[in-house]
Amino acid sequence: MQDKEINFDCKVDFDGNLVTSKETKTSKKTPKKINDKKKKQNNKTAMLEWKKDGWKAVISLAPALLILLVFTFYPIVRTFIISFFPHYNYLDDSFGAFGVDSFTRVLSDPLFWRAMANTAIMVLVSVPLSIIIALLITVLLNSIKRLQGFFQVIFFLPYVTNGIAFGLVFATIFSPMDYGLINTLIHFFGGKSIAWTGTAETIPYWAGIFVITIYSIWNGLAFKILVFLSGLQGIDKQYYQAAQIDSTPKWRVFTKITVPLLSPMILYITITSLIGAFKSYSSIVALFGESMGNSQDRTFITAVGYIYRYFNDVTSGGSVTMLSRASAAALILFVFIMIITFVQMWANSKKVHY
Amino acid sequence: MEVKLVNLTKIFSKKEGDVCAVDHINITIPNGKLVGLLGPSGCGKSTTLYMIAGLHRPSDGQIFFGETEVSKYPPEKRGIGLVFQNYALYPHLTVKENIMFPLENKKMPKKEALEKAQKYAALVGIENLMDRKPGQLSGGQQQRVAIARALVKEPEVLLLDEPLSNLDARLRLQTREEIKRIQKNTGVTTIFVTHDQEEAMSISDEIVVMNFGVVHQIGKPQDVYNEPIDMFVAKFLGTPPINILPAKVVNSKIKLFDDEFKEDVKIDFVEGQELNIGIRPEFVQIDENGKYEIHVEMVEYIGRDKSILFHFKGQESTCKAIVPSNLMVEPDSDIKINFNRFFLFDKEGKRLV
Ligand SMILES: Nc1ncnc2c1ncn2[C@@H]1O[C@H](COP(=O)(O)OP(=O)(O)O)[C@@H](O)[C@H]1O
Ligand SMILES: [Mg+2]
Repeated sequence: MQDKEINFDCKVDFDGNLVTSKETKTSKKTPKKINDKKKKQNNKTAMLEWKKDGWKAVISLAPALLILLVFTFYPIVRTFIISFFPHYNYLDDSFGAFGVDSFTRVLSDPLFWRAMANTAIMVLVSVPLSIIIALLITVLLNSIKRLQGFFQVIFFLPYVTNGIAFGLVFATIFSPMDYGLINTLIHFFGGKSIAWTGTAETIPYWAGIFVITIYSIWNGLAFKILVFLSGLQGIDKQYYQAAQIDSTPKWRVFTKITVPLLSPMILYITITSLIGAFKSYSSIVALFGESMGNSQDRTFITAVGYIYRYFNDVTSGGSVTMLSRASAAALILFVFIMIITFVQMWANSKKVHY
Repeated sequence: MEVKLVNLTKIFSKKEGDVCAVDHINITIPNGKLVGLLGPSGCGKSTTLYMIAGLHRPSDGQIFFGETEVSKYPPEKRGIGLVFQNYALYPHLTVKENIMFPLENKKMPKKEALEKAQKYAALVGIENLMDRKPGQLSGGQQQRVAIARALVKEPEVLLLDEPLSNLDARLRLQTREEIKRIQKNTGVTTIFVTHDQEEAMSISDEIVVMNFGVVHQIGKPQDVYNEPIDMFVAKFLGTPPINILPAKVVNSKIKLFDDEFKEDVKIDFVEGQELNIGIRPEFVQIDENGKYEIHVEMVEYIGRDKSILFHFKGQESTCKAIVPSNLMVEPDSDIKINFNRFFLFDKEGKRLV
């Protein structure tokens, strides 16, 4: 699963679709994750049945395995190898000498560190914020009695809405022009327009980050709420009745009962969101264009954006050796994501209650 | 504290129509007593309990704790302890944390809370399980934790909703003694819901027999057993259950199908009136000069006693009698019996004698 997550799904995003691909991916994974627990329990019986059904399993898994091998595992291995051959030429597939030049160059490139800083902001700010907001909204949604279905639909609409429509709405709200919704408001209170989005050189850093944060919170909200809501509705109501009889304050009910009992869902959402944040690219392109900010600074470049920049260089006639650099950057990102995920899993193994 | 229910009523509105789960019940539970709320499944026991707890709002009627009317109070203001049917222990907290939870809500200092928790854990006999999670406990142990959690805030009233129904037969016997002991030791007014008549009879100071949301009879277990107010109560209490024989008044005599019912009945009957005669298995006595001849179908040994399955001539339903096991009775034979007691009910089930 790890490998699959890190696979460069940016290719999918090349069509200019504004949906961050993480959304489509996570949605496919929901049933899988939820079944994980069952799978573990079934492991033993599965082992016993393996001998009998082994061939059947191999045959039925073969098509999927083949596709994974060709499109996922093979590229990962290639990426790994290419990153250690700084003079790899993708036109004639010649490797040249082995070396770690690509890594040293990437690590000494200020643009790479800008990309990492931006990514870090997404990971450290957007993710916790969006999870907390989603949790609070879910608990509120679950506590209202009347019109609950109505509000659920409202919060779930972004999930079923076309990504382009979603992006357009966002572009209208945060348009850098005077007619943008936020700018109109600013004008109303006597302020001056702010370049929120686009490729202008005048986008204030804080404004860009603000828009990215809002965008990613809003974008992932529906799915998170859906997962949390289904988790909440699975919690026995008697825990809450017991808490009420023992005069538990509301906040304590939330922190001592709801959050711990939701912890498997919270872990799942945290991991998928973290990985999604590490991979964020298409949302940046949607907001700030292909150059991810103005074309000199690339103010809002992300880690995946950085990989793409070099990959793009190759395909658009730049130096062919740039592919090795892109691969090195991809490998560094891979290692980062892996470390974070393991730390996360380890930390949660102490706190999550299944 | 004395608990008094006055005309307490609960109507659930559903799409299919209203359900009257509890129908104008009046019960007074004396201070410091253990009262068993007894009735078949779905008769409104839990609903009554939840109204006392404040989790359900009564549709009508009042609840008094002592002199205070608490009907409008939310659960947290009532000072009760409730043990749920499946305990509702917080799965992510240890036994200690579960028991301390209600105290922490009251912002009791940690040290004091811990001491209290330990005291009640010892009372229910789980002081060596304090660091386990509920998932690592047996049903009986979980149940004790739940009781400790309910008792630790030293409630005025303790409510137990079928607390033994998840336990196996042996543990159930043992635990019900335990509940009785704990209740005696703490002197807390306790309401105990169960559908198991034996359970209710064995530990309650008083039982309240309910059916379809209506209270049929309230009294000491033995009194209710000996003098049931109607056929429902008579049938609900006792194992094996009471035998009910349909009868009819013909020529001013009570007829049991072919046989005549040869007991003195000092009641004026209407000619043709239909009756039900209730005979507990232990009311049957084998007697060579008995008034009734019956056909024995089967004899079962049940330890100290022997149970006899028999038919009255012409009667369809099988009756059961309990006799001492040293009496010789052959299956498939005709014997004579007497009744040393009987209950007479009218067609609607109202007790006549
Ligand atoms: N929350 C509810 N909504 C609607 N009907 C209910 C609800 N709770 C109980 N009832 C109905 O009320 C009746 C009594 O239920 P309950 O008090 O749980 O019975 P008992 O505990 O004696 O088995 C049943 O017919 C049940 O279907
Ligand atoms: Mg019940």
